[in-house]
Amino acid sequence: MKIVVAVKQVPERDAVVRVGADGRSVDESDLAWTMNEPDAYALEEALQLKERAGEGEIVVLCAGPERVVSTLREALAKGADRAIHVVVPEEGEGSLGTRDALGVATLLADAARAEAADLVLTGLQSDDLGAGQTGVVMAELLGVPHATLVLAVELVDGGLRVKRELEDGWFQQVEMPLPALLTVQSGGNKLRYATLMGIKRAKLKETRAVEAGASGPRVDEVLKVAAPERVKRTEMLTGSADEIAAKIVAKLKMLR
Amino acid sequence: MSSVLVVMEQRGDGKWHRVSLEALAAGQKLAAELGVGCSVAVVGEAGGLVAELAALAGVDVWWVKHELLAKYSADGWVAALQQLVAEAKPGYVVFPHTYQVRDYAPALATRMGQVLISDVTAIGAGPVFTRQWMQGKLNAEYRHVGDGVCLVSVQAGSFQDRGQGPGPRVQKAGEVREFVPVIEVGQIRTRAGEPFREAAQTVDLSAAQVIVSVGRGIGEQENLAMVEELAAAMGAELAASRPICDAGWLPMERQVGSSGQTVAPKVYMAVGISGAIQHLVGMKGAKTVIAINKDEAAPIFEIADVGVVGDLFEIVPALTKALKAGA
Repeated sequence: MKIVVAVKQVPERDAVVRVGADGRSVDESDLAWTMNEPDAYALEEALQLKERAGEGEIVVLCAGPERVVSTLREALAKGADRAIHVVVPEEGEGSLGTRDALGVATLLADAARAEAADLVLTGLQSDDLGAGQTGVVMAELLGVPHATLVLAVELVDGGLRVKRELEDGWFQQVEMPLPALLTVQSGGNKLRYATLMGIKRAKLKETRAVEAGASGPRVDEVLKVAAPERVKRTEMLTGSADEIAAKIVAKLKMLR
Repeated sequence: MSSVLVVMEQRGDGKWHRVSLEALAAGQKLAAELGVGCSVAVVGEAGGLVAELAALAGVDVWWVKHELLAKYSADGWVAALQQLVAEAKPGYVVFPHTYQVRDYAPALATRMGQVLISDVTAIGAGPVFTRQWMQGKLNAEYRHVGDGVCLVSVQAGSFQDRGQGPGPRVQKAGEVREFVPVIEVGQIRTRAGEPFREAAQTVDLSAAQVIVSVGRGIGEQENLAMVEELAAAMGAELAASRPICDAGWLPMERQVGSSGQTVAPKVYMAVGISGAIQHLVGMKGAKTVIAINKDEAAPIFEIADVGVVGDLFEIVPALTKALKAGA
């Protein structure tokens, strides 16, 4: 069984984000980057599927500038077999920012199609732009069935049975034939760390760079990016820890 | 005439999904600003909801019916709505940003060569659609480009449903038109089972008056004890944001947010929670929110009544000590 896992590299969660000079992007000059967490869960699901099956190949796929190689390497260190890097420029013509959700999904789908995988996995959304669409759009482009918000995957003859999350604590089983695409919800598995051995082995694994296709016009356009205006007046407490604690205790007495 | 079409979502128990009514409010607002009409689409089984909606909201309703739409499937919904859009020719389609919409609307958009502008929190003149980036740290304003239909989904809690059912008081009931799309059995590639719940929930956070909720800022599982102690000293229920439950540090039933419980306590103390929207929708109803977080740009401070920018590892023990001393 061949599994393609599409991952995204996003700014670290604690990153201080600033608006770019053009007023319509994120200033990337000072950011630390990491694997998008839902994609890490997608990778984990793939690793466990392969371990349970006792065979198979996991190809990790990422579109982005040179920096995303570190995220691909992390996936290889965790156990992916090889990597595909869809290379786009850091900025300007053809960069990720000039492509909309359909444009980015097209890059990933083109690379995945060439692999003719049985299963494509990705996270349900990204922690940066949060559109939550890439996986579903890829499925449509690849012409395969999909399920979203998946927490568990089981292989049944010729196909899949997945457990997907509904709202308010409900779940549902969905069955479909292969090939298929799943977007993975966080929390279905426990994430593994890369071992020292894994990190060593990763260096010997193949990372293939493929040139990204030209970007078409965007269907949507980002006009402006800004920090949200604070609507609520928050009373900020300051002082030493003990002083703050005393102030909170006084507040709590008033509130109850 | 670039009219607005709102795709409503009904639940299994014969009620509207709450966000559906908010999507209708958003769609009506957009239509009013553009000076165009607003109609509604309902897909599949909906019982008496359709007639009620037409009467109460005064909107024309497309009722999309087919035996293959008795149960939700992405393939069925995409096929049906693509045909409806071709028939009704709206300029804008507004969806509630529900799990179901996330499952099919991006594919529908792709089939039409479009992109869904998803999880929108505000609609301004233009129209310009605001959505969140970086887990709520930034707002980005989007515009649809080109001649095609513009697809938008709206975030829960962002648009006011007018309370007494959908829409304003109306003079005239809307018209209900049935639309039967062409769908073949072979087009539906997935087979969905009945929704189910896991083991019975034993923790009901919805009734709690005081909640101490912990997030990623706690760092390690060992540090949870500190927050548990604080909750005990406050006489509070302990809750958490999703990552804590994902990691297995607390059971899923203590999770507050879109995929967990919805709470409305008198006091909600958020410890090390940044305030991603998925969490905020579960606790927006709290009367007073007290937030402790080291990052002053954390979105939780946008809804907090009382905020502390600081190290929770110093403040939480100090607070527990002060509460115990005062008790």
